[in-house]
Formats: sequence, structure tokens, C-alpha cells
Amino acid sequence: MEFAELIKTPRADNVVLHRPFEPAVEGTLCLTGHHLIFSSRRQDNAEELWLLHSNIDSIEKRFVGSLGTIVIKCKDLRIIQLDIPGMEECLNIASSIEALSTLDSVTLMYPFFYRPMFEIVEDGWSAFLPEKEFEFLNALTDEWRLTYINKDFSICPSYPPVVTVPKSIDDETLQKVAVFRHGGRFPVLSYYHKKNGMVMMRTSQPLTGTNGKRCKDDEKLINSTLGPGRRGYIIDTRSLSAAQQARAKGGGFEVEVYYPQWRRIHKSVERFNILQESLIKLVEACNDQSHNMDRWLSKLEASNWLTHVKEILTAGCLAAQCIDREDASVLVHGTEGTDSTLQITSLAQIILDPDCRTIRGFESLIVREWLQAGHPFQQRCAQSAYSNSKQKWEAPVFLLFLDCVWQMLHQFPCSFEFNEHFLVTLFEHAYASQFGTFLGNNENERSKLKLPQKTMSLWSWVNQPEELKNFKNPLFEANSLVIWPSVAPQSLQLWEGGLLSKLMTIL
Amino acid sequence: MCGIAPIKYSNVEHVKLLDRFSTSNKSLTGTLYLTATHLLFIDANQRETWILHHHIAAVEKLPLTTSGCPLVIQCKNFRVVHFVVPRERDCHDIYNSLLQLSRTAKYEELYAFSYNPKQNESEQAKGWQLIDLAEEYKRMGVPNDYWQLSDANRDYKICETYPRELYVPRTASKPIIVGSSKFRSKGRFPVLSYYHKDKKAAICRCSQPLSGFSARCLEDEHMLQAISKANPSNRYMYVMDTRPKLNAMANRAAGKGYENEDNYSNIRFQFVGIENIHVMRSSLQKLLEVSGTKGLSVNDFLSGLENSGWLRHIKAVLDAAVFLVKAIAVESASVLVHCSDGWDRTSQVCSLGALLLDSYYRTIKGFMVLIEKDWISFGHKFSDRCCQLDGDPKEISPVFTQFLESVWNLTEQFPQAFEYNEAFLLQIHEHVHSCQFGNFLGNCQKEREELKLKEKTYSLWPFLLDEQKKYQNPLYNPSFSPNLTLLEPNTVSFNFKFWRNMYHQFDRSMHPRQSVYDLIMDMSEQNKQLEEDIKQLEAKIKRKSGQSDVVLLKEHQQSAHPAPVMLKTPPCFKKDQPLIPLNDAVRTIEGSNTADNRYSEFMEELSKAEPAIVSLEYGVARMTC
Repeated sequence: MEFAELIKTPRADNVVLHRPFEPAVEGTLCLTGHHLIFSSRRQDNAEELWLLHSNIDSIEKRFVGSLGTIVIKCKDLRIIQLDIPGMEECLNIASSIEALSTLDSVTLMYPFFYRPMFEIVEDGWSAFLPEKEFEFLNALTDEWRLTYINKDFSICPSYPPVVTVPKSIDDETLQKVAVFRHGGRFPVLSYYHKKNGMVMMRTSQPLTGTNGKRCKDDEKLINSTLGPGRRGYIIDTRSLSAAQQARAKGGGFEVEVYYPQWRRIHKSVERFNILQESLIKLVEACNDQSHNMDRWLSKLEASNWLTHVKEILTAGCLAAQCIDREDASVLVHGTEGTDSTLQITSLAQIILDPDCRTIRGFESLIVREWLQAGHPFQQRCAQSAYSNSKQKWEAPVFLLFLDCVWQMLHQFPCSFEFNEHFLVTLFEHAYASQFGTFLGNNENERSKLKLPQKTMSLWSWVNQPEELKNFKNPLFEANSLVIWPSVAPQSLQLWEGGLLSKLMTIL
Repeated sequence: MCGIAPIKYSNVEHVKLLDRFSTSNKSLTGTLYLTATHLLFIDANQRETWILHHHIAAVEKLPLTTSGCPLVIQCKNFRVVHFVVPRERDCHDIYNSLLQLSRTAKYEELYAFSYNPKQNESEQAKGWQLIDLAEEYKRMGVPNDYWQLSDANRDYKICETYPRELYVPRTASKPIIVGSSKFRSKGRFPVLSYYHKDKKAAICRCSQPLSGFSARCLEDEHMLQAISKANPSNRYMYVMDTRPKLNAMANRAAGKGYENEDNYSNIRFQFVGIENIHVMRSSLQKLLEVSGTKGLSVNDFLSGLENSGWLRHIKAVLDAAVFLVKAIAVESASVLVHCSDGWDRTSQVCSLGALLLDSYYRTIKGFMVLIEKDWISFGHKFSDRCCQLDGDPKEISPVFTQFLESVWNLTEQFPQAFEYNEAFLLQIHEHVHSCQFGNFLGNCQKEREELKLKEKTYSLWPFLLDEQKKYQNPLYNPSFSPNLTLLEPNTVSFNFKFWRNMYHQFDRSMHPRQSVYDLIMDMSEQNKQLEEDIKQLEAKIKRKSGQSDVVLLKEHQQSAHPAPVMLKTPPCFKKDQPLIPLNDAVRTIEGSNTADNRYSEFMEELSKAEPAIVSLEYGVARMTC
């Protein structure tokens, strides 16, 4: 397909760009296959705006006489307005934008066309290999091994080719366990706590069904990770009733008789459209122009955004507490094990492991616990707060995770090597990017798309020294301690840099 | 504080101090001491909790439990402590003693009259002279061609609650002043609060007119005319009634009310709708109930915050100040502000208006002057509002707290514009209620003079200035917005936040564990020191360059054994070493100094038996199977 077919009016002059808090600018608008480009074309102080079509969440058009106005609402929550003279030009441009921002095929996305203007020092696609990570682990304990059982993605389509499992469990057993777990996501190692040798594993729900099916191999695997006399906690991210209901659909939860050393804790964390609704309501609340304090507070409350932040952060703290304070190992899962599970395992690591609070360590965490672990970025980040698509699979799961990290950064401003800008950048790139990192829903899809060969990794760009300095927290001092954030409502704040400042631009 | 010996007969052992927010009733065990001025609790780790009797707002004895008799003490600085005393008799004794000690009948029994900071008389007198309001009016540019000092109230004859020295328009003669004062509630006639030199516009303040439904007073009308004529830039003036319109109208039935625009020439009348002291008192009560709830959910917190109306009130106060500032800065119009008696809402709006207009009030000294002028001298009833003496509970109201909170909101919005930090605001709040210093005692200047406070007590301000390092904002940039000193805050709702450090000042688990400000402060302090060193060393190099090598060598040998005087500057440079780049120097010191202190404290915090942040038991309670 040629992009040119979709662009009837590639260029319009005398267009006026309105952005909040900034004076309106007149200039020229150009459309390309992937960008909307606006330039004031003034010699002295040329202003340019480059907006990826894939960043556009929704557009509205209206006319006053022959002057058309297009309001563009972005996935990163920005809003801009363009006044375009000429009805035909405006209609053409609007329909082009609509078409170009909703391309079906991933391979038509910008990352496949983007040619970097910088020299790649270290290729981000190979910067965080599981084998390298495993070397560090192996130096501490010999109870774990790498398995390549999923190298062709046949056992678990959402897992990476290589995962870490208990040494005592052979591939044959793993194969049987995979059948017993939702989506084949058998229990794998997520984190090893150096201080006391406790571990955090993640999986998906067991397929016990209504008649209480059990799997001896699953029990063997899970029980084998605890030494004699040790305790472990299974953190189920669903409420007990939700877990019980899941049995009717073939899912379920671990019955404690078969996992005698483990105790189950239900820590309910919301998912899917409830989260998307929450983001939409939060944006609406900020959009309220009445300047009425009571209305703002009740809308903020009704959005439930901070409740979700508190729930997720609390669950992360709970997992960390079990490991560090109770000297117990932890197994985390919900239903699929690709959303709330990952929020919890990654937050717990940030609390426990100072390495995760460095830039490099945080990147590694995102790669391990989100990208390789199969968080379906492409589905979850397909649309943002302004779209009316309301698809079940759209949800700001990753944005909520970043918000939780920001809450910790806010409470421990000297313990993180990165700054708020880094988190905001990750948020933006997860929704629309010139890099291929967040394309696809799992490693299987990424390998089919040949992303490492055909696109540039976000990390290749971020990790250049001159870019890196923008993401550094000048107050950082390595802090080897566990950091316990406060989750009291009085301690939680709306994430200004990530949400509020972007939303404020609506006013 | 440490000088006070605990009274022997009144210590109780094995008292438990409960964690206010712990869902599992965690506690510390220790001994409770009652002294003449403080209640002191020393826990097993020898950590001390001091509570000034004057800070106690309420003591409550709860029903007996198996572990003892619970005693809950609420303080005016929003500390809440929950003791469990093993024996009911002891609890009863403490309860009764505290009731007595926290309710003072006479000013002379307040802590300020016994507090002795070991200063001699001249130091004491000098302390009281630190803030000089005559000097402040001079700084504003009065007296001038339009404004003069009036001696009408020299003996407090016209208005008891005003200061002796008042500035009025030159054209306002004494009969006009007297006549106007008779037409104003409590005799509080219109006087100058702030003069804007550049705009030649004034903020004036007064109380409501005794207009009833139709009464007029020619002198009062002349008075307002004199104020508008004293402004050559704009002959119109605004009259801001800071009350909700309904309240003002209701006052007419009692012979009070508001200005009728038809009777006054060239005025624009405006209501701004700040609620009265009773609404504010119950609003704060509701806020504290919500924020004190154990296991609070986000939604309960937000709906409680909304229902309390607290942030709405803070926004109303700041909105009023913004309105005032616009009149002056945009229209160069003078503004007359009043409420009912002109000592609560009027003080809030006038002082915040001046703070937005004049960067001087955003300095440490300037803020003291502002409080001294608009609050203390103009008779904000600190004694009644803060319940210094056992009195009418209906007079208590957090009006001054709201002022501080409004300022705090501004410091959050303009982090570079203020020389002082949050700790300064909190410390002032602490001492407004502590009755340890004389400044805030009593309700007006006349009363303070009668109490001979300047001889018998000490002023707070020199003490704050002495430790001003603690109160400095490291981000302060005096040249912030250089061409205009005006602050234009955005009062959109989401800019108002719950002031956690005020209402949970003593609930340490809720606060960020690392302070950016402390770190920056230390670093900039180190920077200054190093720059100083560089200068000295460069000066030395210059001096040396003319001398012979032999001398240089000698000097070098000498410096190997530095004289005691030399120790004052950190021996971080060797003579023969080139100057270390500044950044590296900061790193070195940062690593070895500030961080160690902070983290050791931090580590202590973490090594506590219970992190209290996320309770595992809470999770376990939900376990099933």
C-alpha cells in the first residue's frame, strides 16, 4: 500500500496551530506517511511540531464558514488544535489523519521506516539477554537453570524462548505443568533475593476447573522451590470470589492441601476496561472547566485512579514484605499472568533491589518483567483516554505501573538514578514511538516481525551518553536498602509530570 | 526545654504509646512524666516525645480495656497521641492534671511568662525591636504626598483593636476619621494596609459599615472618597466584602451590612464569599476526622476531603487575594477590604494580596513583618482564635492556619519565589499556639501593652532568625521573574493539595523518607565553602607567584602541620595540587557527609520492628482456605 493514496492534500498553508499556554502560531502543515508536520517557516525563530500519526487517539473536525478546525487528541494525553482555511483541504487532511492513525498492519508502522540519525554504540536489542542475567544468578545459587524448552514458542506462545526454572525440574515435567497453567505460562523465576535466598516466581492461574483437577508435576515444581520447613506465599491478584468464579471457565487457584508449605493471599488488583475507564474519567475530571473544588474532588474520587495506584503499590509492597520480612518465597499470578502479575513482580523488585533503581537496571526490569514476560503492549496501548473504541484489551496497565514507580520516586527522591522525565518518556514510547521496542504483544510476535533486524531499539537511543544525561536524577545516591513506600492516601499524589501537566494543557 | 526537671510524683511507668495508624495496635512502652510545662513520654529506646500543655486541644479518656485505660490527647499542632495507662487511677490523675494544666485562666500563667531563654534585658528589648512597622511603612513609601500618619488612635481612643499608628489619606481629617469610625463595626475605620509604590494604589482595610437597611454616614463616604482620591492612577476603587452575600445581607437586619454603591462615589462593590469562623472551625474538624481514620481508603479520603470543604475554603481565600491583586496590578485601583469585624478574613486577604504583590514578603524577614503588620498589629484575635486562655469554644477558628496553608500552596506553585520553606511556616504555626513567646499573646496591641509583654516575655522572631538556616529554601532565586515581582497563581482546583506535612507532621511514616531540600541545602552550603576556599587559594597563589621558590618550599613544609586557625577551612586541597573541578568536589563531600547522616537515620527507620507501611496481617486476614 502506498501512503500517498491516503494523502490527498499533502500540504496546507496559513494554518494556525493552537497549543495551551502558548500563543497561536501560523505556518504550513504537511502530512507524510507517518507524521503530521507543522512549521512556522519563519527565518528567525522557526517552530516545528512533528507528531506521529500513531500517537493520535482521536480527532474532531468542525467548520465555521470555510474555516475548518481539527482538534487532535494524542495518546500521550496532549491536545492540539489546527485551524485550516478551505473546507476541502480541511476535510482531506482530517480523513488522511484518520486513515493514517488507524493503520491495521504493524509492518506499516513508523519503526519499520525510521532510520536513526545517531550511531549505535550498543544495540538495545541484545543489551539484556537472559543468558547474561542468568550468569549473575548462577554466581549466587546453583538451584536454578535456564531452559530452552520454549525456543520455538510452542509450549507457551507468550513466554520468551529462554526462562529460568528450578534445576531439579526437567523439561518433560515443565511440559506437563504448562498444560495445567493458563496459556502455558508455567511458573518461572522472576527475582532472587540475595539477602536471604528467597525467590519470587510468576505464573498464570492453574486450570483446576470445577472438579478440582490437580497436577502432580505442578505441585512438585512449586513445592521444590521451598526448602524443608520453609514457607511460601501465593499472591493471587484476584479476589477470592473472582478466583472461585474462574473455576467455571476452567481456571482456578491452588488448593492448599496440595501445596502444604504455601499459603494463598488474595490481593485484588483491577484489570482491563476498569482501568481504561479510570483513565478516561481522570482525564475528564482534569478537563472540567468549572473550577469548582467539590466537583474536582468528587470526579477525582469517581475516577478511582489513585485507588488503583494504591492497590497495585500495596500488592507490590506485600510481595516484597513476604520476601524480605517474612523470609518467605512468593509465587504471583492472576488469570493470564500478563498484567497485574507483572505490575506486582516488578514493583516488588524496585522495592527490594537497588539495581532496579538505576537506569540500566530499570531498563533490564522492563525488558525482563514486561517485554519478555509477554505483557501485550500492542493490545493494551492501542488506544488511550480519548478514544471511544472501548475494546476489552485496552488498558493503561503499564502507565499505572509507571505511576506507582513515580510515587516511590517521589517518596525516595535520592534513591533512583533516573528522573521523572525517564518515566514520562517510557509512557510516551509505549503508546507511540519511532522505535520497535514496544511493538508486538510478546517475544513470539516480535521475532516473527523480525523487529530486532528491521527496527531500532529504544534502548539503543536512550543509552547514548548524551541522551542518558537527560534522564539522570542529579540527587541520586546509590542506596542499598529496601525502600518501603507509604501507601496512605495522604501520601499518594497525582502524577504531575506524567498525567497532570499533560492534562493541564487541556485548559 | 530540657531544663525542666520532671516532677517526681507524677511519672507513670509501663505506659503504652499506640501507633495512631497501625491496624494491629503496635505500641511503644515507656514512662510518662508530667512537668510544669510539658507532658513527656520516654520510650524504651530513650526516645522522647514532648507535648507542651498549651498545645493540648483536647484530652479524652476512653472506656477501660484489658490492657489498661486509654487516654487520647489531641494537640493544636495536629499531633494526636494515644496512650494506654495500665492503672485506671493513674490515668484519671493524668487526665485531671492535663485538663487543669491545658486550660489557663490568666495570661500571666502562660508559658511565655516563665520561659527564660537566658537573655539579658537589652537583648530582650533588641529582640522586640527587630520588626519595626514604622520602618516597614517607610519601605512601602508612606508617608508621602497622599498618605500620612494619623495620630487619631494614639491612645486607642478611636479603636481599641487597632494599633496606635495608622496611615490614612492626607485629605481625611480627624472629624472624618472619627465619624467614619462610628459608622464601622468595633470602630475599625478604613486605614492603609499596603501601599503599592509603582501603581500608587493602596490596600485598605476596615470592618463592615453599620448601614442596616438604609443608614448613611457622610464622613464614611468622605473617607472612601479620600482613599480613591489618594490614588492618582485610578479614581475608581474596589470595595471587597469578603463574606458570602447572604451573610452580609443577614447582617443588615442587625444594623450592620455593606456599602450601598449608590451612596459612595466611584466605588465598585464586590462580594468574594469566604465563609465565617464557625464554618471554618467545623470544616477543619471534619478534615481532621477524615485524616485521622485508620486504614483509610483513597476514596474515603477524597470524599472526606470534599465533604470537609477545607480545600474549597483555602481556594476561596486565595481567589479573593488574586481578585485584589488584579485590581491593583492590572487596573492600578485601590482596594478596600472588609468582612464583619475586619480581623479574620480581612487579614487573610490583605496579607495574601500583599504577599502576591511584593516580593519582600516572600523573604524570611519580610514574612515576619507581614504577620506583625496585618495580623498582630491589626488585631487578629490570636488569643481567642487559638484558645490561649480557657474561653468561648465558639471563638476558636483556624483562620491563621488557613493563611499559612494558602502561603504553602503558593510555595508549591512557585518553588523559587520564596526565601523560606515549609518548615518556617510549620514553626510559626507551632509557636502561634505554644504561648512560649509574647508575639501572639492577647487579641490586640492595647492588650499586649497592658500585659507588658515586651518586658515580661520574649519575641519569637530573633529566635527564628538565629536558626534561619533551617528555614531557607534552597531553590530560592531572588531574581525570579525579574521584571515583575507579582505572583499570578493559578487557582484551578487541582493545584490545591492536602497539606500532609501540616496535618500529619508527627506521623512520620507518611512522609517521604528522603528530603531533596535538605540535600540541596547541604550541597549549596558546601559549594559556597569550596568557592570561598578557591578564592583564598587563588589569592595565595597570586601572592606567591612573586616570591622565590625557597619561600614557597618553606611555606609548603609549614603547612604540613597546620596551625589550629587553619583547621577552620577544610583541608581538602594540597598545596601542589591543581584545583579540583567543582563537580568532583561536591561529589566527595556529598558522599562522606550529608548522605551518611541521612541514611543512618533512614536505616534506623527501616530497622524498626514493624515497617507499618503494608501490614502483612492485613493480607493474612484476607487469606482463605
